[in-house]
Amino acid sequence: MDKIDHTIINRLQQSFPIADRPYLQEAEALGISEGELIQRLQAMLEHKQLSRFGPMYHAERLGGGLSLCAIRVPKEDFERVTAQVNSFAEVAHNYARNHEFSMWFVLATETPERIDSVIEEIEQLTGYRVYNMPKEKEFFVGLRFEL
Amino acid sequence: MKSRANNNRPNALDRGIIRCTQAGLPLVPQPYQYIADQLGTTAEQVMQRMRQMLECGIIRRIGAVPNHYTLGFRGNGMSVWDVDDSLVAEYGRRIGELEFVSHSYQRPRFLPEWRYNLFAMVHGRDRAEVMQKVELIAALLGKDNRAHEVLFSTRILKKTGLRIDQ
Repeated sequence: MDKIDHTIINRLQQSFPIADRPYLQEAEALGISEGELIQRLQAMLEHKQLSRFGPMYHAERLGGGLSLCAIRVPKEDFERVTAQVNSFAEVAHNYARNHEFSMWFVLATETPERIDSVIEEIEQLTGYRVYNMPKEKEFFVGLRFEL
Repeated sequence: MKSRANNNRPNALDRGIIRCTQAGLPLVPQPYQYIADQLGTTAEQVMQRMRQMLECGIIRRIGAVPNHYTLGFRGNGMSVWDVDDSLVAEYGRRIGELEFVSHSYQRPRFLPEWRYNLFAMVHGRDRAEVMQKVELIAALLGKDNRAHEVLFSTRILKKTGLRIDQ
């Protein structure tokens, strides 16, 4: 990555135009050609310097349910509970964390109502209480990231 | 937060656009035309629906998402805070304005075992830097910080993209 890549990341984190030739528009502002901008974005995606380029969707506003859940799983039971929790297609991410609340996962369901029933199923299967922590208010999502 | 009235629910064309851009915006000179061709509609229609989805918040933004990890930001900690419910909105907003915070949310407490109602994801080059930044948040909260902890992930147990039904 060079200075131009850094400038591209800094600039395109904020927004990208909805226009007939959006890459051309941004490339002109960056002082490079349209082809070069496209090629650099492609390379940064390939090298995983960018994890995504494009629209970021707001999951709940697509009509589905989304929640962060936690379980206090003792060490000796961790592998069994991991396999059981991960077996649910609705579990999108699952992380082990260094805390008594040791397992944290995101549930994504097709309807908001499904969240509660999936939680009940997980509780029945694992034998542990699931702490359902949906966001009550969102203050900020995003990361300004200067390179 | 913007309203989420039912008329803001995505329509059939929106769902097609979402499907076509799940992997990202096409890297071709006319990406909206490209999407339109896939869906049998016009670029004008696609652009109009995408503007509408941006407007009502179905699309948060269009742009580049840097990969913190490969760019050297290897630390990230979930900081959790116990703040009086009457102050959480103001502090949540101010903490969200800090440039090393990627998410700032209010979530429910479960007393007595879980007292924290404010969550802020903190990024740094390593855990030590994350802890320094957490101290900045603690300083911002001052005496209104009743307790806090930082949870680091020790293992990714599962990671899939969010599924979007067709």
